[in-house]
Amino acid sequence: MSRHQLDARNLLCPMPVIRTQDRVATLAPGDMLEVFCTDPGALNDIPAWCRLNGHRVLETRRDGRDVVLVVEVGGEER
Amino acid sequence: MSKQRKAVALVSGGLDSMLAAKVVQEQGIQVEGINFFTGFCVEGHTHAIREKDRSRPKRNNALWVAEQLGMKLHIIDISADYKDVVLNPKHGYGANLNPCLDCKIFMVHKALEWMEANGFDFIITGEVVGQRPKSQRADTMPVVARESGAEDRLLRPLCAKNLPPTLPEREGWVDRERLHDFSGRSRKPQMALAAALGLEEYAQPAGGCCFLTDEHYSAKLADLWRARGERDYDLDDIMLLKVGRHLRPRPHFKLIIGREEGENNFLEGYRRRFIHLRTLGHTGPLVLVDGRVDRDDLELAARIAARYGQGRSAAAVEVQVEDPGGVLSTILTVAPLPPHEVAESWHV
Ligand code: SF4
Repeated sequence: MSRHQLDARNLLCPMPVIRTQDRVATLAPGDMLEVFCTDPGALNDIPAWCRLNGHRVLETRRDGRDVVLVVEVGGEER
Repeated sequence: MSKQRKAVALVSGGLDSMLAAKVVQEQGIQVEGINFFTGFCVEGHTHAIREKDRSRPKRNNALWVAEQLGMKLHIIDISADYKDVVLNPKHGYGANLNPCLDCKIFMVHKALEWMEANGFDFIITGEVVGQRPKSQRADTMPVVARESGAEDRLLRPLCAKNLPPTLPEREGWVDRERLHDFSGRSRKPQMALAAALGLEEYAQPAGGCCFLTDEHYSAKLADLWRARGERDYDLDDIMLLKVGRHLRPRPHFKLIIGREEGENNFLEGYRRRFIHLRTLGHTGPLVLVDGRVDRDDLELAARIAARYGQGRSAAAVEVQVEDPGGVLSTILTVAPLPPHEVAESWHV
C-alpha cells in the first residue's frame, strides 16, 4: 500500500475525474490517492466515479480554495 | 448457456443516451458507458468557477446517469485528437462552429476502438432520426455507421425500427420488437418512455451538450483564429473562452477580464502564461493580456482594467503589470477609460 498525490487544481469538470481515473489505473488495490482540486464539482463527481468503479473515498475536506479528496483504490479496476 | 453480450453506450448526460442505454440493459445486455471529453463540453458546473453560480447543484450528468442506471462509466479525454474534427470537418459545420456530423462519426469510431480493445460486442447511441438538422437525418445516419467503421455494430435503440436491422438484432442478442421507432424533433416519445421506465429525473432534454453550438462561444473561437492568423487552439485556449469578459481593443491583442472573484481565482491559474494586470489600492479584476503588446498597448490595457475595478471614477488608478510568471513587474498610473470609450466592437 502506498500513498500518492495528484494535483488537479485549476482544471474544470470533468478533467479532475479523468485525471483521477487515469492515475488510479496505474495504482494497486489498497493504494491511497490524495487529489487536490479547485473545482468544487469534484466533491460530487470524484465520489460518484469511485462508487461506479469500486473505489472508496476515505476523506473529503476543504483547504482554503482547494477541495481535497482521499481515494482508496479498490480491487475491481479493469 | 448463451454468451453474455456486452454493449458500450455513448453517454452524453442527456435524456436520449440515458434511455438508449436503459432500453438495452432491460434486455439483459451488460452495458457500460463512455463519455467523451472534447474540451467543449458543457457541464452543470462548468460555471462553478463563478461565485454567483455556486449555489446551483453541481454534478456531472454523465456520471449521474451512470449511477441511475447502475452501470460503469469511462470518461475518456479525446480533446487532443478532437482538434482535427473542429479544424477540418469533412462534412462542414452546423449553425455555429459545431461539426456535429464529423463529431458523431469520430465518437462512434473511438467507441469502436474501445469496444474492440475491451471485448465488447456492439455500440449504442441515443440518436433519433430527424432530430437534429445535420447529424441525425435519415440520410446521415448510415454515414455515421459507415464512416466510423462501426457499420452494423452500431445500434440506435430509440429509432432502430426505422432503420435496417443491425447485427445485434439479426443475431438475436436484442429483440428488435422491444426497440423503438422514434423520429422527428418532438421530445414527447422520449418523455413517455422515461416515465414508462421509471426514470423521473433527467437533465434538461433540450440542454446543449457543447459550447460549439453556442453562437457567442463560436464567435470567440473564430476571433481567436483570426487574431492568430491560423486556425489552431490548445486546451487552455478553449477553456479560457468560457471565462471572463473578452475585449479586443486592438487587432493584435485581447484582454480577458475576470467578472467576479470566482473568475479572478480561475484566471490566477494562468498568470504563468500571460502578461497580467491588476489594480492597486482598489479592488478590481485580474486581467490577462493575450497577444504581443507594446508600452502603448499596456497603457490602454491598464486603463481598461481600471475601468472595470472599484476605482473606475477615480482620477488616476495604479495598475500593476506583471510578466508571465511575475518576474518583471511595473506599476502604471492611469486614468480609467470612460465607459463610452470602450467601443462596442471590442467585445468579442
Ligand atoms: S453538439 Fe458538439 S458534442 Fe454534440 S454532436 Fe455537435 S459537435 Fe458533437
